[in-house]
Amino acid sequence: MRVSKKGWAVIKIAVFLLCLAPFVFLVNDTIQDQLGANPIETLHFRLGDWALRFLCIGLAISPVKRFFRQAWLIRFRRMIGLFAFFYATMHLLVYMVLDLSLSWDAFVDEVPQSPYILVGLLTYVLLIPLAVTSTKAMQRRLGKKWLRLHQCVYLACISAIVHYFWLVKSDFNEPVFYAAVVFVLLALRIRVKRKPKLIS
Amino acid sequence: MLFKDKKAIKSSEITDQKVFHDRRRIIKAAAGTALGSMMSPAAYALKKYQAIPVGPYSASLKVTDYEDVASYTNYYEFTTNKTDATVLAKGLKTNPWKVKVEGEAEKTGDFDLEDILKANPLEERIYRFRCVEAWSMVVPWIGFPLGKMLQQFKPTSKAKFVEFTTLHNPDIMIGQRTGSLNWPYIEGLRIDEAMNPLSFLATGMYDDELPNQNGAPLRLVVPWKYGFKSIKAIVKIRFSETMPATAWNKRAEGEYGFYANVNPEVAHPRWSQSRERVLGASIFTPKRNTEIFNGYGEQVASMYSGMDLKKYF
Repeated sequence: MRVSKKGWAVIKIAVFLLCLAPFVFLVNDTIQDQLGANPIETLHFRLGDWALRFLCIGLAISPVKRFFRQAWLIRFRRMIGLFAFFYATMHLLVYMVLDLSLSWDAFVDEVPQSPYILVGLLTYVLLIPLAVTSTKAMQRRLGKKWLRLHQCVYLACISAIVHYFWLVKSDFNEPVFYAAVVFVLLALRIRVKRKPKLIS
Repeated sequence: MLFKDKKAIKSSEITDQKVFHDRRRIIKAAAGTALGSMMSPAAYALKKYQAIPVGPYSASLKVTDYEDVASYTNYYEFTTNKTDATVLAKGLKTNPWKVKVEGEAEKTGDFDLEDILKANPLEERIYRFRCVEAWSMVVPWIGFPLGKMLQQFKPTSKAKFVEFTTLHNPDIMIGQRTGSLNWPYIEGLRIDEAMNPLSFLATGMYDDELPNQNGAPLRLVVPWKYGFKSIKAIVKIRFSETMPATAWNKRAEGEYGFYANVNPEVAHPRWSQSRERVLGASIFTPKRNTEIFNGYGEQVASMYSGMDLKKYF
């Protein structure tokens, strides 16, 4: 199947809109007052969920591409990664602006007392350089170092999972699910990496 | 073209959302009345406890919207999801209901809730409710003082604590099939805490019966303690000499103490307790500073004088 340049542009726009849909729904629910009794919590959790989901989708692209021999998938990895960063940014902004009301006193009081918030912040800090160096120009400039740097996303996924586990009171079903997904996606990479060695 | 005519609808013809919801409410109310009149004369009145007098300690607080209180509950017997509990709890049958009284008291045995309600005149108490998860609301409960009710069973001098147990029925309470907590849910109070005039047993809220998800037909309300102390759907009350082993304390000893008094100075090991999100406020409203004993220090602080509240959290 050959897709023209124009065709890819259309597909990319469609994927972009699809990735943006959860955010549009969230904005709509906010305007319509459909976020339930604790709207800030709902916003915060739903944005966090989507950040984690996009991290997982981003992580899935390269193994899926390999196993199903669908090279075109890689075209969407940058966009998926940037959407993970976008949702993580909104997740953090809801915490800072709505939950803490931009109060420095509240930040200093609440954050050091919460190990899971510290881990969440660490996750975000890990994602910043990846988002900044996500352009083609940066990829060219950094060469081999770029790949090394972007392997930081493995660490970010693990710390996002830790962040989730640490905040739950007693029902671990959801963090266990995401931990399993991330575990499988990371484990697949270990196998794929060994293969070339055996051949050589 | 099937949808050609869509454009023909003028914006002026589209029902305003508020009007739409008002209409829905009227239709719902009408349906309720019709259904009620078919069932029984008692069900005819839409609200069961409309003429209940307001009792003491009901500070003039802005009451949280009923919809928020009834759609945001921690009821792990059904689910750990606060909104799903509203639907899942519907299957619970709360009438007839018996409460077993046992332990260090002269009068023990099985009692019909109906008889307990006859012996204890109802009143309304408007209390703050502060969850350990750092959110709060203000609820107008309908019920009766716990202490007066407990006295009727004539506790002996050995009764140092009171233990409460929630119904255990995994057929209906599907959350009890999971290990989210040790079932059945158990809570407890020191006898002086139970006898404190603030301690309340609720059977209703907002002039009506308790919705199932809020703990029908009988729940504890201890407003100076974190919400998990206010046990729901009580089937057993036991007077005991020793401190009861409570559900959340068994789950995580270092995080949920037996006393669980609201205290902004004593953080949960994983989060601060110094502020709380007041439900029902706009999303731009800052959190409220949490008060010691949730603002009920005048009534309860003396019970803990000399106690290290950091140690006995």
